Amino acid sequence: MTAEALDATGFAGPHGAKPKQLSWGRVGIYAFLVIAALFFLVPLYVMLVTSLKSMPEVREAHIFNLPREPTIQPWIDAMFNACTGRNCTGLSPGFWNSVKITVPSVIVSIIIASINGYALSFWKYKGAEFFFNLLVFGAFVPYQVVIYPIIIGMSKVHLFGTLPGIIIVHTIFGMPLLTILFRNFYSSLPIEIFKAARIDGAGFWQTFFKVMLPMSVPITVVAVILQVTGIWNDFLFGLVFAGTENIPMTLQLNNMVKTTQGTIQYDVNMAATMLTALVPLIIYFVSGKWFVRGIAAGAVKG
Amino acid sequence: MTDVATTAIAVEAPARRKRRIPYAAIIGTLPMIIVSFSVFFVAIIFVVIWSFTNSGMFPGFNFVGLAQYTRLWSTSLWQVAVNNIWFFGVMSLCVNLVFGFLLAVFMDQNIKHESVFRTIFLYPFSMSLVVTGLAWQWILDPNLGLQESIRNLGWTDFALAPLVHRETAIYGLVVAGIWQGSGVTMAIMLAGLRGVDQEVWKAAKIDGIPTWRTYLFIVIPMMRGALGTVLLLQLTGIVRTFDLVYAMTSGGPGIATQMPAMYVISFITVRLNVGQGMAAATMLLLPIALILIIRAIVTTVQARRRGINA
Amino acid sequence: MQTSVSVKNLTLAFGAVKVLEGLNLDVGTGEFLVLLGPSGCGKSTLLNCLAGLLEISEGQIFISGKNVTWEEPKDRGIGMVFQSYALYPQMTVERNLSFGLRVSGMPREEIEKRVARASEILQIQPLLKRKPAELSGGQRQRVAIGRALVRDVDVFLFDEPLSNLDAKLRSDLRVEIKRLHQRLKNTMIYVTHDQIEAMTLADRIAIMRNGVIQQLDTPHAVYNNPVNLFVAGFIGSPTMNFLNGRIDGSTFSIDALNIPLGNYKFEKDGVGKLDGILGVRPEHIAVGEDAKKMPFQLDSEIEIVEPMGSDTVGWTKVAGQSVTFRCSSDIPLAPGQKITIGFDPARGSLFDAQSGVRV
Ligand SMILES: Nc1ncnc2c1ncn2[C@@H]1O[C@H](COP(=O)(O)OP(=O)(O)OP(=O)(O)O)[C@@H](O)[C@H]1O
Ligand SMILES: [Mg+2]
Repeated sequence: MTAEALDATGFAGPHGAKPKQLSWGRVGIYAFLVIAALFFLVPLYVMLVTSLKSMPEVREAHIFNLPREPTIQPWIDAMFNACTGRNCTGLSPGFWNSVKITVPSVIVSIIIASINGYALSFWKYKGAEFFFNLLVFGAFVPYQVVIYPIIIGMSKVHLFGTLPGIIIVHTIFGMPLLTILFRNFYSSLPIEIFKAARIDGAGFWQTFFKVMLPMSVPITVVAVILQVTGIWNDFLFGLVFAGTENIPMTLQLNNMVKTTQGTIQYDVNMAATMLTALVPLIIYFVSGKWFVRGIAAGAVKG
Repeated sequence: MTDVATTAIAVEAPARRKRRIPYAAIIGTLPMIIVSFSVFFVAIIFVVIWSFTNSGMFPGFNFVGLAQYTRLWSTSLWQVAVNNIWFFGVMSLCVNLVFGFLLAVFMDQNIKHESVFRTIFLYPFSMSLVVTGLAWQWILDPNLGLQESIRNLGWTDFALAPLVHRETAIYGLVVAGIWQGSGVTMAIMLAGLRGVDQEVWKAAKIDGIPTWRTYLFIVIPMMRGALGTVLLLQLTGIVRTFDLVYAMTSGGPGIATQMPAMYVISFITVRLNVGQGMAAATMLLLPIALILIIRAIVTTVQARRRGINA
Repeated sequence: MQTSVSVKNLTLAFGAVKVLEGLNLDVGTGEFLVLLGPSGCGKSTLLNCLAGLLEISEGQIFISGKNVTWEEPKDRGIGMVFQSYALYPQMTVERNLSFGLRVSGMPREEIEKRVARASEILQIQPLLKRKPAELSGGQRQRVAIGRALVRDVDVFLFDEPLSNLDAKLRSDLRVEIKRLHQRLKNTMIYVTHDQIEAMTLADRIAIMRNGVIQQLDTPHAVYNNPVNLFVAGFIGSPTMNFLNGRIDGSTFSIDALNIPLGNYKFEKDGVGKLDGILGVRPEHIAVGEDAKKMPFQLDSEIEIVEPMGSDTVGWTKVAGQSVTFRCSSDIPLAPGQKITIGFDPARGSLFDAQSGVRV
């Protein structure tokens, strides 16, 4: 023992956890994160407060101030009354169009992709890899490159500018990523499950529906999140393929904001923007971890 | 039970040797076969072929050699668009990677409320680029937006309205793009950081290597997977850049923020000059072709090097 | 013997869970101490505390006489080798060895000298220009040991260094580590859950369970005089036979069967009567002719025979309780065969059935 005096706990010299000093490093880390968080939050905040103000208040140009007399009139106007050119229906037709486009597109694209992934994992026939590699390549092709041939093809079968047409387009462009997603998932399953089903006499479809599908719930949730947000947020395909009858919400929002006559209704515009963002935002906040997992899964391609 | 199993295997084995064609699988994947072949193979070939024709309103096969390309590269709209995509691409890529990586590193320091921060950093990614563009357009509005608000607070010569000036509009696009996309970079990088073997960190600590050097010289080289993913994601996103610009600046002021993807779309939908549009579309294919070639070279070189060492 | 590493009243908690509590340990200079125990008992945790990789909740740690409780890992005078090798994958072997030294600003010649010495000791000179991915598991672990070696420290910490290797390499490298210890004479603290590694390498073994050191002694003592049922059952393969019965003075009785304990050395005199467990190692049970020389004999019937090559493990019953024995494979054995088995109760271990403690 050294000559140092024992303290109350019976130890001499340093003992236990090292005493914490407030380190500038930690302060810096939190400062950075908080400033970054502000950068990410401010646009949403500004959108929200603007959408709750009346136009006279917006014109005072204090975008950070809370609304003095909060009103949801801009939201109602944005949804039902605002004009796009001479057409004063608000965003509601666009909303319903987006629903009509998104729901079938998501269902069809996921069914096809899950069958693809299943076949590519367990039923490799000659040439299957070739088509899969084409799909992987397709995941990187800028959409704009192949849009024109698709327009031509769609016109030939009279689907250009129709609801089934845009659903097919979404299915086509969702296929690469979703197929990769499902293939990775099924490939990670133990092959014994498949063999056991085969030994029990199940064929391609029976194995798929009775054995594989019930196990695919998590990956299907990820795929649904990915597709719903992706298709809801689409702009380009809506612009090119939807025709005048099926304009999706994003497109109608843009048209509405860009073609206002007279004074610009910033409050209504921001309410409309918020409304368009609402569906994906709700999905994001409700699904939380799943959304992140979807990004990660989608990112892990070839 | 075991008896059944063994006989079943015994029956299956010769069947496999015969390589029965799984018709059900082929029928099941028919959509994939059709789409991958017709869209990502045949269609692309047609695009390239049409780019060598003088197709106008409708596609034709009147070949004119490289005429569309010479015209393309002498059009100032295209030149501006290409310059813009370079500038926008390099800027967004650098800022996105650095910012996303820093966020990931700071998030990795045993942060309290990590999931709150993560939620905040990532939510813009769930919103469409149109929404992003319109939101930032409003914030950067010269008359009623950020600039005017700060002037109203007393700083009367404050100037921040990039979108109305030709020289600065593209910076506005970069900021909006970063806002929307750097959360994803953070999430992927953070997953990459977390994937690094904890024992490597311990070894570095025992070797007395400062944290920043561990990140720089040990951890980053170990995260090549995550880095590659982020890079690929960003690059494909940049080449496709369309919605954000369309919503935020519509390519303006003037043609100051035109992008190649917008050029393609405008030539096939509004200007109806198919040959010209297809020439531009073929140019859009170049980056991905380049990436694929580089990847092929890298893999063969690696394979050869491994062969020498073995 | 001088103490090299000394742990005083160490407590470590993850949140509310105390993984180690009030742990004391002294390791002599040049000693090879093995920490042995089942998964999750806190071996790695203890090692990480020593290395300074975990912040302890209470207590003190001394290394080479210095209180290092609050020191950074690099200043503690330790080197550490990990199960996953933890090499820096993008650096060559040479750089892996020298990186820490370079960062600390050591002169070039000195670094070269140390790298050369370490690579000579571990015979990895031909590998210096390669990257870890181009090495086999055994070679990687040598490099990892080399990285600890170049630090020129007094104390080496090993956390299951051989667990990721296959059986053959494992025994090769085990010998190598032993040779290294004999040559360098450093203090080494070695975590494993492989008892053969522990028995062959250790000067002393510390057997841990739930964060508590059960017994700290030489391999011989741990094997022959386990302090409790846990240690007795943990060490040895096949495991020790445990016979439930009653201790009464100098006899151990299982129902009608009385086993005279002879000159069994009790921990203290006058245990009196209590429910007890008699532990007998399978290799201490003799069969056939050899059994005749034993103080206690019994006729029995063989149930199962497991030939192991060099020896044979047989299963039989003593007073209705299952017993295994190990004998030379030259002795012919068959299930159903009647044989005589015998053992010396004095070589066995007696435990209190209630507390599990040796009596
Ligand atoms: N970071 C941590 N947070 C909470 N509990 C932990 C942490 N690390 C370890 N533990 C717990 O501490 C106990 C001891 O873990 P430790 O890793 O020391 O075991 P071990 O003896 O090394 O086991 P093994 O042989 O499997 O490596 C375990 O019960 C483990 O669950
Ligand atoms: Mg461990």
